Amino acid sequence: MYTVYSINGPVVRARGGTDLGAMDMVYVGSMRLIGEVVSIEGDEATIQVYEETSGLRPGEPVESTGGAMAITLGPGLIGNIFDGIARPLRALEKASGSFIVRGINVGSLDEEKKWDVTVTASVGDVLEPGAIFATLTESEMIEHRCMVPPELSGTVVSAVPDGSYTIADTILELDTGRGVVPLKLAQRWPIRRSRPFTERLPIDRPLITGQRIMDTLFPLAKGGCAALPGPFGAGKTVNQHQLAKWSDADIIVYLGCGERGNEMTQVLEEFSELEDPRSGKPILSRTVLIANTSNMPVAAREASIYTGMTIAEYYRDMGYHVAIMADSTSRWAEALREISGRLEEIPAEEGFPAYLPSRLAEFYERAGYVRTLGGGEGSVTVIGAVSPQGGDFSEPVTQNTKRFVRCFWALDRELAYARHFPAINWMTSYSEYAEELDGWYDGHVGPDFVKCRRRIQALMQEESSLMEIVKLIGSDILPEDQKLVIETARIVRSGFLQQNSFHAVDTYVPLEKQLKMMQTILYFYDRAGELVSRSIPISRLRETNVSESLIRMKYGVPNDDLSAFDDYRELIDRAVESITSEY
Amino acid sequence: MQMEYVGLSSINGPLVALDGVKGVAYDEMCEFTLPSGERRTGRVTMIDGERVVVQVFEGTKGMASAGPRTRFLGSPMTLPLSTEMLGRVFDGAGRPADGLGALYPDESRDINGSAINPVSRAYPRSCITTGISAIDGMATLIRGQKLPIFSGSGMKHNELAAQIVRQAKLSGEDGQFAIVFCAMGVKNDTADFFRKSFEESGALMRVTMFLNLASDPIIERILCPRCALTAAEYLAFKHGYHVLVIMTDMTSYCEAVRELSSSRGEIPSRKGFPSYLYSDLASLYERAGMIHESTGSVTQVPILTMPNDDITHPIPDLTGYITEGQIVLARELDGKGIYPPISVLPSLSRLMKDGVGEGFTREDHSPLSNQLFAAYSKTQEARSLASVIGEDELSDTDKAYIEFGNEFERRFVAQQYDEDRSLEQTLDLGWRLLTLLPKSELDRIDTAMLDKYLPRAQTGSSFLSGEGDN
Repeated sequence: MYTVYSINGPVVRARGGTDLGAMDMVYVGSMRLIGEVVSIEGDEATIQVYEETSGLRPGEPVESTGGAMAITLGPGLIGNIFDGIARPLRALEKASGSFIVRGINVGSLDEEKKWDVTVTASVGDVLEPGAIFATLTESEMIEHRCMVPPELSGTVVSAVPDGSYTIADTILELDTGRGVVPLKLAQRWPIRRSRPFTERLPIDRPLITGQRIMDTLFPLAKGGCAALPGPFGAGKTVNQHQLAKWSDADIIVYLGCGERGNEMTQVLEEFSELEDPRSGKPILSRTVLIANTSNMPVAAREASIYTGMTIAEYYRDMGYHVAIMADSTSRWAEALREISGRLEEIPAEEGFPAYLPSRLAEFYERAGYVRTLGGGEGSVTVIGAVSPQGGDFSEPVTQNTKRFVRCFWALDRELAYARHFPAINWMTSYSEYAEELDGWYDGHVGPDFVKCRRRIQALMQEESSLMEIVKLIGSDILPEDQKLVIETARIVRSGFLQQNSFHAVDTYVPLEKQLKMMQTILYFYDRAGELVSRSIPISRLRETNVSESLIRMKYGVPNDDLSAFDDYRELIDRAVESITSEY
Repeated sequence: MQMEYVGLSSINGPLVALDGVKGVAYDEMCEFTLPSGERRTGRVTMIDGERVVVQVFEGTKGMASAGPRTRFLGSPMTLPLSTEMLGRVFDGAGRPADGLGALYPDESRDINGSAINPVSRAYPRSCITTGISAIDGMATLIRGQKLPIFSGSGMKHNELAAQIVRQAKLSGEDGQFAIVFCAMGVKNDTADFFRKSFEESGALMRVTMFLNLASDPIIERILCPRCALTAAEYLAFKHGYHVLVIMTDMTSYCEAVRELSSSRGEIPSRKGFPSYLYSDLASLYERAGMIHESTGSVTQVPILTMPNDDITHPIPDLTGYITEGQIVLARELDGKGIYPPISVLPSLSRLMKDGVGEGFTREDHSPLSNQLFAAYSKTQEARSLASVIGEDELSDTDKAYIEFGNEFERRFVAQQYDEDRSLEQTLDLGWRLLTLLPKSELDRIDTAMLDKYLPRAQTGSSFLSGEGDN
């Protein structure tokens, strides 16, 4: 039997036993604090404890749970909010009030709740790992598909009829050849192991976000990874919220990792009111929330991203497209650093442990578009916010993240100060998925989409180099064609790239409207180009206020009726023609 | 049975180690009796078998390894609490420091507090008007928010904090208002300044002060905000007060944490600060908020001086990542004689978006402040262009921006130390400033609102026609 020997913050060393294995989950002390074994040396085990260790004494017992840190996966996850080690916060509130106290051990899922289960397997069926044997309605939007756990297969020897069951009830009995195993609605899975699948499939479908700059310039693929780095105040959280609200994933796992408590409250309140634009149901009915706020124990913060990822993979295995938003991965890395420091490991860059890159890689590699064990298709898309120290992207977490993600939405302090939101800098951001997704855009939105994107990108690139000159000598000196580039880029900046997440129409924009907006702006550019070629100064066009109308078209055109874009074309035509007629 | 341990094994900075200690709990309190009869308190910060490391609150000066006798008290540090704390002064470790004797406590609480369960939190939405245009208009303070002031040495952050305390009003239904003032490592003059300012405004009976002056022990500096916040939580969540907590100076606090960390021999991360500085600061700042089961609230205004005015220094940087926005003071404005020298562009209130607008303040609040931000940011561009090519060469639009920017700083940001502007006044002032710009530049406000408010501002009494505010 191990007993506590030394205590240093969340790191506890225990001695005197033999029954602990590496990565085992344990209960520490008479308060039964939850912990995990990080290393074993001789008869000494080092344990990281997921709760405050205040009041713990040497000599108190350490009890093994006999297995790795695992969570229960089953119906009841959706719409719920958990802490970093998957304890339901609503149940904790019932148990201890508004403040979280220690040593409370409640199951992740409600064991009393009855679900209306349709059993799809029958006696005699041979079930492979990942096969779906029962379904139930978990929320207004999600059908929960109960699967045979990945390591089991066999013949069904008994099955219950359709009806109401709890997660503790046996639904099927499976003869595995090595004995009969009961199958229930829920299963356990260790959080640090990725759930198996049959094969990875090519990534060729976008995650549609309704956010213009993301969908058009820097698209993210389903099954891909994106990083969202930025200094404080640049809008990481607002962007993550926007993605969680509007992206076309079936299920969202929102992970508040070391961030503000009020933000999680806001997510809870807002998501239960907001409607999904596609189904009209509250967004919370497709969302799982995990909250380890910055004042909750740091060791649980380290575990929280694995908890989130495991839940995401579980729904992926049912054949869903899942997006996981981690806000912020820097807090996770700092938790890693803090624990590493307490373990007295030799630090590498800026005090971070040398295994930071490999841990980051492990996490991001759990994303992907896969054929599931059950034969369906599902995906996990990861969007990780990064909070670089001092907003400096050369720090280790940002740099290492960059190596493992292929989409980089760089948030910019200057844009945020100018209240240009989303403050994604179009010059430093990139998406390697863009070309792989061209085919999808051609087929689903029209071939013009990719063309327009390229033209807009070229225009912004040109503007950027022109602005260098303008900053030095002012814009009056430029030739007319370059003035037109600057004027058009201004419309792109204010009218297209800027998007008001608090405006009812502008907060989510379908791809068709994004295309029309690009086309209209480029139409303006082309028609105004005619004026330039006839040596008519651009200032004449500016006087007509066409640009201002175009900047406001994002508010003026409703998302479900795009015919108003014809009016804008007419407006451009009229302005150009009236100017031409004077010459 | 009370065991006493005689002697210490080692003394290092504020830490002492004892060997052969049995059955002591992590975080337990202990009491040292020196041969002179003097008593000191400490707290267990590490246990390694029978070796225990204790941090001594009053410091180890004058302690010898042979002399002191140590008694462990069997419980973590708690603070006695009572509503009588209002009007009282305590030291950093929560002991009465005003000579009025001990409290009759209603209860005692662990000063480390517990994390508020995110599902128990009520999302803060009601604003606190401060009568300061740059805050009310551009970075509104919300009840239950943590909004720090980022300042630099020598700037008028104390005056600003005092003015906020004096003028802060709750919008909507009112409740009892209380102030908890927590001074960490500040000079005696600063503490006196606040005391006087509370006295003059007649607020002294609503204020609880925790003072750890620059010459006081650093362990108490680390305890000081924890005691203050425990008192604030007690007043807010048990007795329904709306508590405003002023904490100054967070920089001294962080330096104390660094000093302690280095004497514990921990591996430093950025600029020598320990890697847990983020979690440590979060354990303080996250104690702001509102909860469903109580009507009270804890609002924090921490003040920190940015070393070398550098906002990317770890202290302001980590603070900014935890708090819900920041109010940044700028030396440039201070040099121009503008009080309060609030640099509007980097200042931000994250909770503002949900606490202003129709039903809270006024429907035009949010678009107006966005437009002012955008315009003032263009002013900066115009100014930098002007510094290269000269103001005369600027286009008319750029000239208008420069004029707007100057007036914005002089009329909107600047105000008197005792000037209390209503929110209406602030917003109307903002509209009047926008009349300086061509209408086509106002692209952040939708047309309907422009048509409603802009003409009113144009016809309204204009300060440009000679009728100034000063």
